[in-house]
Amino acid sequence: MNPAQEGAQGKATGIGVYPGYAVLLILLLAYPWIASGFWTVQVGAYSLILGIISLSLMFLAGYGGVVSLAQLTIAGCAGYMLAIHGVNSAGLGLGWPWWAAIPIAIVIATLMATLIGLISVRTEGIYTIMITLAIAVAFFYFTRQNYTVFNGFTGFAGLEPPLLFGVNWRDAMPFYYLCLTVAVLCYSLVLYLGRSNFGIAMQAIRDNPRRMSTLGFSVNTHRVLAYTIAGFVAALGGVLSVWFNGRISPGSISTGPVIDILIIAVVGGLGRPIGPFLGALVFVLLENFAIDLIDRDRFNTVIGIAFLAMVLFSPDGLLGLWEKLKPRLVPRREGSAGT
Amino acid sequence: MKLFLLTLLNGLTLAALYFLVASGFTLVFGLMRNVNLAHGSLYLLGAYIGYDVADFSGSWFLGVAAGFVSMAAAGLLLQVLVFRHMEGQDLRQTLVTIGISIVLADLMLAIWGGTTYQFEPPEWLYGATPMPLVRAYPTYRLALLGTAVVIGIALWLFLNRTRIGMMIRAGVDDREMLSATGINVHLVFAITFAIGAGLAGFAGVVGGTALSIAPGEDVRYLLASLVVVIVGGMGSVAGAAIGALLIGLAEQFGLAYSPTYGVVYTFLIMVLVLAVRPQGIMGKRA
Repeated sequence: MNPAQEGAQGKATGIGVYPGYAVLLILLLAYPWIASGFWTVQVGAYSLILGIISLSLMFLAGYGGVVSLAQLTIAGCAGYMLAIHGVNSAGLGLGWPWWAAIPIAIVIATLMATLIGLISVRTEGIYTIMITLAIAVAFFYFTRQNYTVFNGFTGFAGLEPPLLFGVNWRDAMPFYYLCLTVAVLCYSLVLYLGRSNFGIAMQAIRDNPRRMSTLGFSVNTHRVLAYTIAGFVAALGGVLSVWFNGRISPGSISTGPVIDILIIAVVGGLGRPIGPFLGALVFVLLENFAIDLIDRDRFNTVIGIAFLAMVLFSPDGLLGLWEKLKPRLVPRREGSAGT
Repeated sequence: MKLFLLTLLNGLTLAALYFLVASGFTLVFGLMRNVNLAHGSLYLLGAYIGYDVADFSGSWFLGVAAGFVSMAAAGLLLQVLVFRHMEGQDLRQTLVTIGISIVLADLMLAIWGGTTYQFEPPEWLYGATPMPLVRAYPTYRLALLGTAVVIGIALWLFLNRTRIGMMIRAGVDDREMLSATGINVHLVFAITFAIGAGLAGFAGVVGGTALSIAPGEDVRYLLASLVVVIVGGMGSVAGAAIGALLIGLAEQFGLAYSPTYGVVYTFLIMVLVLAVRPQGIMGKRA
């Protein structure tokens, strides 16, 4: 059902890169049949989850020009809400069934995103980074201090996806396909919105807010709506992330992971929705295999330097590097074809 | 009553510390539009270096001086080597400071480890001072309060009464005009960055003595600086003082009277200020 859906969409939008999409999708679908369990879940599913959360940042930053550092906080909020309303091993949750707990978690996190949007649209540019970072860190300290609702330092454990249709969704292959489905849906949503009237208006606001507001567009309404949509995407990623880890604690939403999402989005490239997924894959591969290159404890130094190098030398991320390299590669091919 | 007074004093000393950290942050931001998200790392690095120097030389005051001087030098290097090459690119500068703070945090963890360090201030600063109503209060914290007031006044005099200060203020208002009048803006930038970073290092040693130094403190003081500057208004030293007072008091009263919701007050103050005055209490409209 999935490939057909995606294929139909690719055709319907009439984009020339349709064969590329088809090949990529087939590769992604075939991946777990080739790869081992570790590669399927720890690399495949994890990259997809980080990609989804970073995608929400890319949507805000790439289309809206709004760099929010609170996207992981929203994802974390969804995770916490799922833990609190659903079933967890701490015996503290409300114990609602999955069909109630999952929607409520996503709705609350999306509302929180709207609220963050309402607060931070009052500022612009670098101020937004400061506000959203302050919100993210404040939420981290709040969950760590608060024992009555958020269970403080320990957080919640034993969070599992529901047993549905007789499938254990925690198993490697079903979980990978679950993440892939959500990722494809989110990707399509962002791609579609980017080309919709709303997306065009967002990009125009990014380029010149004053002109758009003179033309009669409400800049703030568009921005808040963008926060809400991005929040929804981040919340989906947050739910998957909780199932991936099986637990959530203040550590999952501390500054480190918050900044990681920014790193992933920037390293991948904020220009197109595929960037965050690319960044996530590189990040996960580095995280898993940096141990072979250097001391595992110094992972942050490696990733920090990679991030710095990216910001200093290729502000458009890996996608930007590719765009720069492509013209050099293509003429050579044409030249060889001519001779 | 005693609890109230003690909380008030605790809030004031915390505010003093926040002011020391945030004044450098706001100075750098006001002039260069550079949100230095590595400011917390400078605080912690200054504290560690100060600790090593104090430990080695046996003099706490040398430690304080080392904290200031080393971070001022670091700030100078950052300005000359990195930020000068990307002027006017606010977002990129901010992202660079994030990258630097990640690397610094990790390297500090590698060098100094995860243990908590405790300074030993001189004898006469140690112990308690008798006080009316609350009976006694740690001498060191009172000294910290005094130091912050002195530094605040010194900064005010520096900015309002000296030639360099005049240039800095002019730069905050209009960078292009300042450079058009023939003043070497790069030099002004470098001096401001050095002072701002130096203040962070100074606060690191002084604050580390009042509390302690450990990994994670960088994030805490970065958050404090962010909130103080958002509340007080970007680029204003007086705003930083007001913001620091509000946040320091809110945090301590929150801690004393409703322990698990302390952070919420800080957050509410920030939201309230943003709702009523988005540019901050003392901030000017951009």
